[in-house]
Amino acid sequence: MVNTPRSKSKPKPKPWAAEQLAASLLTLEGKPMLSRVADSLYWMARYLERAEHTARVVDVNLHQMLDQTPESANRRWELMLSALHVTSLPPHATRDVYTITHALAFDRSSKSSIVSYISAARENARQVREQISSEMWEHINRLYLHVRRTSKDDIWQVEPHEFFQSVKEGSHLFQGITDSTMSHGEGWHFIQVGRFIERAIAVASMLDAYFGTFHESQNGAHLLPFDYLVWVRLLKSCTAFEAYCKVCTATIEPRCIVDFLLLNAEFPHSVRFSANMVQNGLQAIAAATFARNAGPAERLAGRLRAMLDYMHIDEVMAGNIHAYLENIANQCAQIHTAIHDIYIAYPIEVALGQ
Amino acid sequence: MALTMDTIPCTLARPFNNYQLDHAYDEMFDGQGSQRPHYRELYRRLLDLPASELRRRQQAADLAFLNQGITFTVYGNDEGTERIFPYDILPRILTSNDWHIIERGLTQRIVALNLFLKDLYHDEHILKDGVIPRQLIYSCRHYRREMRGVQVPRDVYVAVVGTDLVRLTDGRFVVLEDNLRVPSGVSYMLANRQVMKYIFPHLFRSYNVQSVDHYGQALLSTLRTLAPRHRPDPNIVLLTPGVFNSAYFEHTFLARQMGIELVEGRDLLVHNNVLYMRTTAGLRRVDVIYRRIDDDFLDPLAFHADSILGVPGLLNTYRAGNLGIVNAIGTGVADDKAIYAYVPAIIRYYLQEEPILPNVETYLLDNLSHQTYVLEHLHELVVKAVGESGGYGMLIGPHSTVRQREEFRAQILANPRNYIAQPTLSFSRAPCFVDGHVEARHVDLRPYILYGEKVTIVPGGLTRVALRRGSLVVNSSQGGGSKDTWVLYQPDGEEQEERENGEEVSPRDGQYAQV
Repeated sequence: MVNTPRSKSKPKPKPWAAEQLAASLLTLEGKPMLSRVADSLYWMARYLERAEHTARVVDVNLHQMLDQTPESANRRWELMLSALHVTSLPPHATRDVYTITHALAFDRSSKSSIVSYISAARENARQVREQISSEMWEHINRLYLHVRRTSKDDIWQVEPHEFFQSVKEGSHLFQGITDSTMSHGEGWHFIQVGRFIERAIAVASMLDAYFGTFHESQNGAHLLPFDYLVWVRLLKSCTAFEAYCKVCTATIEPRCIVDFLLLNAEFPHSVRFSANMVQNGLQAIAAATFARNAGPAERLAGRLRAMLDYMHIDEVMAGNIHAYLENIANQCAQIHTAIHDIYIAYPIEVALGQ
Repeated sequence: MALTMDTIPCTLARPFNNYQLDHAYDEMFDGQGSQRPHYRELYRRLLDLPASELRRRQQAADLAFLNQGITFTVYGNDEGTERIFPYDILPRILTSNDWHIIERGLTQRIVALNLFLKDLYHDEHILKDGVIPRQLIYSCRHYRREMRGVQVPRDVYVAVVGTDLVRLTDGRFVVLEDNLRVPSGVSYMLANRQVMKYIFPHLFRSYNVQSVDHYGQALLSTLRTLAPRHRPDPNIVLLTPGVFNSAYFEHTFLARQMGIELVEGRDLLVHNNVLYMRTTAGLRRVDVIYRRIDDDFLDPLAFHADSILGVPGLLNTYRAGNLGIVNAIGTGVADDKAIYAYVPAIIRYYLQEEPILPNVETYLLDNLSHQTYVLEHLHELVVKAVGESGGYGMLIGPHSTVRQREEFRAQILANPRNYIAQPTLSFSRAPCFVDGHVEARHVDLRPYILYGEKVTIVPGGLTRVALRRGSLVVNSSQGGGSKDTWVLYQPDGEEQEERENGEEVSPRDGQYAQV
């Protein structure tokens, strides 16, 4: 019960805080969003981002096979697989470019293939089909039908690049359609948060994998010719090569690469940029929902952002870069959990204000 | 009425050279084999269009359905769990005179059935007066004792109905069954129309077709009128069993058309007899549920205890008057196939009128004289289980084997209340595009009726087609398809028969303005 003095002229106050909150929400422009819907939008964006990322990484690696380097094919694939955190893989003995491409692109039984990511994204979209625009749904459905129809043998004969290109383009187009056909309200912000939290984790993990081997192989600043290709591959895997060259010229230097991929404020695939977007999204969501308990998520997102905003590259390079990157991944995981606890699966007692 | 197979010699030009004309009513051709006036334009265009062009348009239509994800789910098949509902590109055309009779007949029927349900769950006058045997009601699986004495908003039990009509040899429409629980298919009516406008824009323009596009709005305002009185700005939701339900597309489609939330059982909870949904901004009160879940699964505390699709405590919320449920719980008693036989009597009892749309003659198998007759004539009758739908649990006498008939005989004798029998109807055929030809296929018609403050029937409906040659079963689960249904405006200069406007009838006092 609400223990406020009642004036006789006013109607009796409703018994619960939840009721009052609900009543106040009715006057707002946007309707509150179902928790399940928010969850699906968030995961739809994450899966699509993951599909795009995987497609780009596999494409870049396939492409570089053409440049003969002393770097062993095995080493290259291992690096790629550890950067992608792939869980189910073909057995070591049978690992070659053919089986790995199949596992990462078309294996429906694997949870970490492009076709599975797109199916998952589309399944999430299907569950909120009336919440997203028809254009968004039709596009993601078409992308899904396209990847389901394509098989490894089809693309191998012709041009594998085209397939990966179509996945990347499909994802880009979806983002464009989303931005121009869906209201930039709460649901749109959940999509943004999902996309950028996924991106922050993916880029951090990419950096971690490449710098792990960097520290093993050498400690100097001199690069061997084949190392050049490795770093270019890293940049291209994050669609960052051209943007990097504009900032740091074509001089490939690990310190600059970390600076760019981690701390650049303007490049949309840098970890810092992604963390900014996550924080902005969470603030907008908190404002839209009047979340009384949004604190934890906002605090975590703000902390991550501040850490990236005010860190200097020399500090990163001087310290343990692996621990630093792992810390970023952990903070992203904490933000994810906080979102889930606050907006998706909150206890009913909290909602009823008891 | 037995099927007559003697065919009128067919001398039609391509692409009609495979067209079958016999004693069944044909929507396009009259008894002499010449086109009915309202089909003339379509006929002329079909003579001009090469089969390849028709085929191209058919493919364009199929692709449009697939890309939009207008599909239904096929159970137990991992690879392609989603299929498109077969779509025939040729429209089925109804004149405004046909429609006028249908509209009046359906309005009369829904008003009477609602009065019947109210009576059944309150005073039982109709049982006391001996019009319907008590035992028939109480033995019905869909009769809900929990609903006795419950006050339903506006006394509207069935607000959304899809009634199946067929047209007999003489051109009259009869009611085959009422679907008073969770009728589906209305999204196909709307989607078929959209696709039709893409693939036949010129043909469509040359006809004066009444629009069906306002169905979503009409449904929404119907739902709004069924909110509890003390909730002036009701929060309305559509309750779906979820993404694995075969009609999931329709649920998303309708929710979007109405701009209401599509919810699942896990989004909802009941506290102190009030229903809430879980949103990112906390709990929000729900006032009206348009549910697409059967009674059995609505509330595990009241019905199937193991249902995870429903909401515990929903029934009590309803009984407390804090919620509108559309359609109400317990409406299935009125579309039981044995009760169906009494609908003409129900209309006469409550409205003192003759039914405008007749029923199909129906034999009740717990009536001994009926039973004897049916068992002797199994090979020419259609036998249906009373609680089933979707074309399941059905014996079509003329198409059955001796063994199937024996199985049904045993089942009937074991539980006669569970079965009814009807004559095998020769229902009408309409032109369909099949394998490069235009051929005649059996069709039915399911118009959608809404009932809140008033009765609204959008001019159109779902025409279902038995796409297999000679088949009489139109259900999608049994190889059926659908086609767009055009109701034409009254042609200029022709006077509509005097029209008392069946839509504006006020049902509250049981009076129904008679024509």
